[in-house]
Amino acid sequence: MTELIAKTPLDDMAPLTIGACRLAEVDLGILTSIAPYAASKIAAPFKAAHGMAWPAPNRATGKADGRAIWFGRDMVLLAGPKPDPTLTKHAALTDQSDAWAAVTLSGADVEDVLARLVPLDLSPGQFKRGHTARSQIQHMTGSITRVGTDAFLLMVFRSMAGTLLHDLERAMASVAVRG
Amino acid sequence: MRVDGKGLIERSQPVSFRFDGNTYRGFAADTLASALLANNVRHVARSFKYHRPRGILTAGSEEPNALMTVGRGADADPNVRATVQELYDGLEARSQNAWPSLGFDLLSVNDLAAPFLGAGFYYKTFMWPRVFWEKVYEPVIRRAAGLGALSGKQDADHYEKAYAFCDVLVIGAGPAGLMAAWTAAQSGVRVILADEDSLMGGRLNAETLTVDGKPGAEWAADMVAKLAAMDNVRLMSRTTLTGAHDGGTFGALERVAHHVNGTPKGGVKETFWRIVAKRSVLAAGAIERHIAFQNNDRPGIMAAGAVRVYLNRFGVSPGKAVTVFANNDDAHRTAMDMQEAGVHIAAVIDCRKDATALGDYRLIAGAMVSGGHGRRGLEAITVQMASGREKIATDCLAVSGGWNPTVHMTCHMNGRPTWHDAIASFIPTPGAIPGMATAGACNGAFSTAACLAEGVSAAKASLEALGVTPVVMDVPQADDTPYAVEPLWAVPGKGRAWLDFQNDVSVKDVKQAAQENFTSVEHMKRYTTQGMATDQGKNSNVAALALLADATGRGIPETGTTTFRPPYTPVALAALGAGAQGKGFAPERKTTSHAATVVAGAPMIEAGLWYRPSYYPLPDEKTWRQSCDREVGWVRNAVGICDVSTLGKIDIQGPDAAQLLDFVYTNMFSTLKENRVRYGLMLREDGFVMDDGTTARLGQNHYVMTTTTAAAGQVMRHLEFVTQALHPEWDVRIMSVTEQWAQFAVAGPKSREVLNGLLDQPIDSDAWPFMSCGPVDVQGVNGRLFRISFSGEHAYEIAVPSRYGDSLFRLLVARAEALGGGAYGMEALNVLRIEKGFITHAEIDGRMTAQDIGMERMLSGKKDFIGATMAQRPGLTEDGREQLVGMKPVGPVKQLTAGAHIYSNGEDPVRAHDQGYVTSVGFSPTLGHFIGLGFVQDGLTRHGEVLNMVDHVRGIQTRVELCDPVFFDQDGGRTRD
Repeated sequence: MTELIAKTPLDDMAPLTIGACRLAEVDLGILTSIAPYAASKIAAPFKAAHGMAWPAPNRATGKADGRAIWFGRDMVLLAGPKPDPTLTKHAALTDQSDAWAAVTLSGADVEDVLARLVPLDLSPGQFKRGHTARSQIQHMTGSITRVGTDAFLLMVFRSMAGTLLHDLERAMASVAVRG
Repeated sequence: MRVDGKGLIERSQPVSFRFDGNTYRGFAADTLASALLANNVRHVARSFKYHRPRGILTAGSEEPNALMTVGRGADADPNVRATVQELYDGLEARSQNAWPSLGFDLLSVNDLAAPFLGAGFYYKTFMWPRVFWEKVYEPVIRRAAGLGALSGKQDADHYEKAYAFCDVLVIGAGPAGLMAAWTAAQSGVRVILADEDSLMGGRLNAETLTVDGKPGAEWAADMVAKLAAMDNVRLMSRTTLTGAHDGGTFGALERVAHHVNGTPKGGVKETFWRIVAKRSVLAAGAIERHIAFQNNDRPGIMAAGAVRVYLNRFGVSPGKAVTVFANNDDAHRTAMDMQEAGVHIAAVIDCRKDATALGDYRLIAGAMVSGGHGRRGLEAITVQMASGREKIATDCLAVSGGWNPTVHMTCHMNGRPTWHDAIASFIPTPGAIPGMATAGACNGAFSTAACLAEGVSAAKASLEALGVTPVVMDVPQADDTPYAVEPLWAVPGKGRAWLDFQNDVSVKDVKQAAQENFTSVEHMKRYTTQGMATDQGKNSNVAALALLADATGRGIPETGTTTFRPPYTPVALAALGAGAQGKGFAPERKTTSHAATVVAGAPMIEAGLWYRPSYYPLPDEKTWRQSCDREVGWVRNAVGICDVSTLGKIDIQGPDAAQLLDFVYTNMFSTLKENRVRYGLMLREDGFVMDDGTTARLGQNHYVMTTTTAAAGQVMRHLEFVTQALHPEWDVRIMSVTEQWAQFAVAGPKSREVLNGLLDQPIDSDAWPFMSCGPVDVQGVNGRLFRISFSGEHAYEIAVPSRYGDSLFRLLVARAEALGGGAYGMEALNVLRIEKGFITHAEIDGRMTAQDIGMERMLSGKKDFIGATMAQRPGLTEDGREQLVGMKPVGPVKQLTAGAHIYSNGEDPVRAHDQGYVTSVGFSPTLGHFIGLGFVQDGLTRHGEVLNMVDHVRGIQTRVELCDPVFFDQDGGRTRD
């Protein structure tokens, strides 16, 4: 019997280090967009089901094995666990596991690299761990989340994974050359 | 020539460079200008219009003369100011605007013809005949008058854009800027200090003055080191603030790799920054102005302050016998510094009768320089005294007409500067840029002590506005000599006296403008070209309008200034468009079948940002038509596979999902049964067709909508607008799932046979009739199956999560090939859909109504929907509109072409007789001839008429018969079987 073979958006790319920055494709597990219905009180059932707070706008909760990332107006992306089916009473749940390319960019120069692609103030005083934004990554619309002191999670449409890699490599090289 | 013991250059690091083919030597930390002067190269350029010999006038970005091309081939940069170009080993520079050479320039004949070439010459002379302007005069004039040229080759360098944020942005790192940055930094806020120079310190590096008892340059270097050590400070040297824009946003150009020989691999040549600052402090300094007199542009005549820069910073004396001509005390420093360094001062000429010598040199007070002598380099000057004339031998005349505060940036948001009598110049008008304070020389404070103090106070004001308590700050001790100036714009006398060196505008030109009634400063500017182009009047604006004021009998404040516009200094388009070269132009969207498709040799076409296969060639096929015909045949006779993932897919959920669909589609969706699909038509609010597609009902409150590839974003935006603005009370949620699913069309009589080898449960027509849908398992993976058809055949679309897309595509193609079919591309897809009369955005181009495309019956009368009312407007429903028809050739010429127009028989194929046009064509291998779709006036009722198709561009004329747009299987039996 034949079998369908799964491929990641960046085809299991080996992590890439240029200068003081490291780029790695990341498997976030199951991605589910959760869009609460009108008058829904999802925060409590969400917390009870998944053990993390329902994030406010521009915030992300949880840890590496399970995050809730604010994903735009009236929408949160649950990354990691299978969504609790009882949440469908409160919200529209949509599987997005294959829709996004996700990478982590980390290292001492990470803010300098992102300053070339993202039009936001990502300095630690302004954009702390647990802060997230939907914004531009060069010409793409994406999701940017600080997941560590010098680490960010970046997401763009799966079809644009190659362009994300191209743009990040270019910016990483430029920063590395400056030394 | 070099002066021993002076300057901040690295004498231990000699470097070699070339100018106009000759090799010279300089030192690290030289500029190209200082190194040329050190090598006694004085004549470095020809002027813009008259091709007059010109030398280096200034020592900064305001330089109007010494514009050069640096580098060679594709790397060459034209119009580089030699005064800001840092020297590096191997630098190669060429002069511009001279032919055949700088020394012997044939076009300097323009200078002899100067009496005829004054202001307004072009406007008066080249008026007739009118058509000659564009074809003859302008090209000739442009060749004669010009700056450097681009190489014409593709620029191999990379440029980038970047963003920066701070609490206080300090523009300029002279004494005022350094103190402002230091005060703000000590108070704990985030500071950016930007300066266009490679070495921060401003005039402290150019003067012999002290700060707190230390040489100014040393004090500046200490301050820069202290600032660099602070985490909350970012120092940006070689970075010119180019513009002040809305919301505290500033443009800034960083010259990253102009000071090295070749951009390092992976690096960029320039970075265009967007800096967002809560507050800003402008400490941009001042620019020295010239005095107009006959031949005041001879090489060797320089700004007095620039002469001090070359001496004190670069250890260069621009002459052996230096004279000074001034109307202020400041310029006397040039004489004192030069003397101190051992350079002979021939004389200091001061127009002020009461001027006193500040050192041991010959002062001629109450006198003026009335002429310069020596065509390619200054040899002597004529001094006009009360007692008569004297000719003084000199090879360098240092001129100062006073200083103009660099107010440019305060005018970028339409502010106008304020006239200040004491300094005879303009100063910034407070509040001209929201959040900006001004300090130091750009504010009219010309002593070092005043600059330091104003830097502190401007920072304090900014901090207080931010709600931050400023630290207590002592202002360092420094020179506080008052600035004494008496206005002198032009020396009376004959001959041309130059104002704007870059645009070759003389005093006479300004007076002539006034005489010819161009008395408004804006008119004068345009008539004479004074203050235009890359210079933006840095050197000449104040003098020009002072002379205009004089000529028109008005005061200077009433005369006003022209507008200083961004950018402050030129910015290459490469920097403004940074990141958009090559692959950076736009994101590339690739389907999951991309890799397999490329391996199969399929040429890609762009569909929006997506890349889709045009056709899949077989080895023996020589033309795309052969491949296309074969692929069409596969679908009609066996089975074809096509990636349709690029179509927009929108997940719609919620109790009001059906209501939303009824509202956005013209036809009814609330009546659609679960596990069924329906074709829908969507109008814009104005009643025209926006998009079409199928929507499947997956559950009671769950639909998935399909859009065309082209309109996926538009439809998503439309749904957002409807759900947010028109009906926010509806409980419905929308989410794009285009990227989640890899979806493939499996089309043809053997399509079910292909699927039944892959699906875990086989399907049949009873359970899966036409327009059914539902979940399926594909090799254990949860997928979706839709029995829909864009080819008119028995067909399906099968969707799996994208991670399996590559794998499923390969399996489907392999199975199809085993059954006598295979993959097909966009060309075949297009022919198949034209054979069936299915529309795309070639037809629904935004100007078509549902009636125009023969879908009036889809406008439901049982409900309201977007566009329902406006679709009934008279203009949209009356006779004579162009309507969708099919076309086939019936004469000797068999070819149809998209874009061709349709004309009635026997009438000239001209606009007045235009009956319509062709939107889509293809050769139908099924029918054996070309077929086309198009729009013809009242076409729905004209089937059977024979008209003329004329393609004016390709030169093709074909007799066509109008027909039903459905060419093949009109009853749709093949789709349903």
